[in-house]
Amino acid sequence: MSIGVTKMQILSLYKSLMRESQKFSNYNFRSYAVRRVRDAFKDSKTLSDPKLIKQELSFAKANLNIIRRQVIIGDMYKTDKLVIENLQ
Amino acid sequence: MFRLRKNILPIISKTFLKPTQTSKNKLVIYLQGRRLLSNEADDKYSLKHEEVGRPLYFDAQATTPVDPRVLDAMLPYLVTYHGNPHSRTHAYGWESEAAVEKAREQVAHLIGADPKEIVFTSGATESNNVSVKGVARFYAPRKKHVITTQIEHKCVLDSCRALEGEGFKVTYLPVQENGIIKLEDLEQAITSETSLVSIMAVNNEIGVKQPIADIGALCKSKKVFFHTDAAQAIGKVPLNVNKMNIDLMSISGHKIYGPKGIGALYIRRRPRVRVEPIQSGGGQERGMRSGTVPTAITVGLGAACELAEREMTYDHAWMEKLSQRFLEKIFSKLTHVIRNGDPEQSYPGCINLSFAYVEGESLLMALKDVALSSGSACTSASLEPSYVLRAIGADEDLAHSSIRFGFGRYTTAEEVDYTAEKTIRHVERLREMSPLWEMVQEGVDIKTIQWSQH
Repeated sequence: MSIGVTKMQILSLYKSLMRESQKFSNYNFRSYAVRRVRDAFKDSKTLSDPKLIKQELSFAKANLNIIRRQVIIGDMYKTDKLVIENLQ
Repeated sequence: MFRLRKNILPIISKTFLKPTQTSKNKLVIYLQGRRLLSNEADDKYSLKHEEVGRPLYFDAQATTPVDPRVLDAMLPYLVTYHGNPHSRTHAYGWESEAAVEKAREQVAHLIGADPKEIVFTSGATESNNVSVKGVARFYAPRKKHVITTQIEHKCVLDSCRALEGEGFKVTYLPVQENGIIKLEDLEQAITSETSLVSIMAVNNEIGVKQPIADIGALCKSKKVFFHTDAAQAIGKVPLNVNKMNIDLMSISGHKIYGPKGIGALYIRRRPRVRVEPIQSGGGQERGMRSGTVPTAITVGLGAACELAEREMTYDHAWMEKLSQRFLEKIFSKLTHVIRNGDPEQSYPGCINLSFAYVEGESLLMALKDVALSSGSACTSASLEPSYVLRAIGADEDLAHSSIRFGFGRYTTAEEVDYTAEKTIRHVERLREMSPLWEMVQEGVDIKTIQWSQH
């Protein structure tokens, strides 16, 4: 890990992204967000260029804010659950 | 004695009536349960919808939900910044104009164009109308011939019909059985009279990809303008207007997780393509599409395009994974299933299947908990078989039994499994009831039967 961005920072960001993504009331948005966050972090695992890491980190932070806002909006206009959710 | 009875009776009825009512209900439920369990034939053919909840969405070719990230970009322009982007005299106009111009850049970047070549419209239908009618009419004094295909979207075909009424000649190219046009046919159809060739990039019903780069090169060599309806292709398959020699391109917002009511038209500037505007007015969008540009949804289209560009490879890989999973499930359990359109040269998120000996509409009715369509949303109200399927030479009965499965960015693997299992179950159930299926099982070739004429 480079100087400036610690492993702890990345891990805590990943954790909060996952936690917030789970809060989407819409089944499809929720599944997508969780899948996308996981895959994005997996893809960037091999990044070594500190500049790129910083860039990705700020992108992730911006997305965390989007997710937080959109979870609230989604909560205001939620619908009945999907067929597939009622099965589980 | 009498008074005692008079006092006690209401008390008894009050306390004992309720339990008897519920026990009666229990008995009815019990009896019904017994009947349903015991009657096996009834069980096999009955359409019980035991699952509750909203249906799963499998109609991504009709429209897609707005991505939360797109909505997030749009909201400030619905809540705070309300200026008219064409107001040049105050800050309200400037901030809206800046947002619209940023969206224009985002759209242009996705297709490798210059921002100045993008015109915002109300959607792909308007873009197609402006392209087909606009180009044909502008060059009408010298050239009066337009070429299109038989599997185009309704709005292109209808625009061509309108042109025919105005005295234009229109060639409707046939397609091969896999849904792809023959380049030789196109080459032969182009004459010195031809002003425009309009061929869609990805078909909305069967998902077939046309060889856009080859068509573009051919049109360039013949000096004919090439328009492509890319509503279903944009953001899903890579497109570049310069590499593929595309002169006009129609883009839709709501097919790429953007808002409805917005689209864009790419019009080449060098060499310049000129169109006669359909809408007269204040001369916005370089006079090609008058009317105030709707800031919020334009920002949404821009955000959706940027997102699509970033997510294209990721989404495409997901589509491939899902379609493979789906097709494997279907083909492992069912026979006599035909995939319409080329299996290789097509967008994996659109799968059009014909289930022989099953009526498409009854299968759709049975699959109530999955939002599906038998073809394009525009023609789903009519019971006529789709003209796209007829163009690829599908038999009338197979065209009636086709269903389009459209996967999107938010489709999950669990949803695909559920839909595949449900489809298999109901196709089996409907075939079980069909006398035709019984004959096929006995080895009778349906096509050789002489049905008596009435």
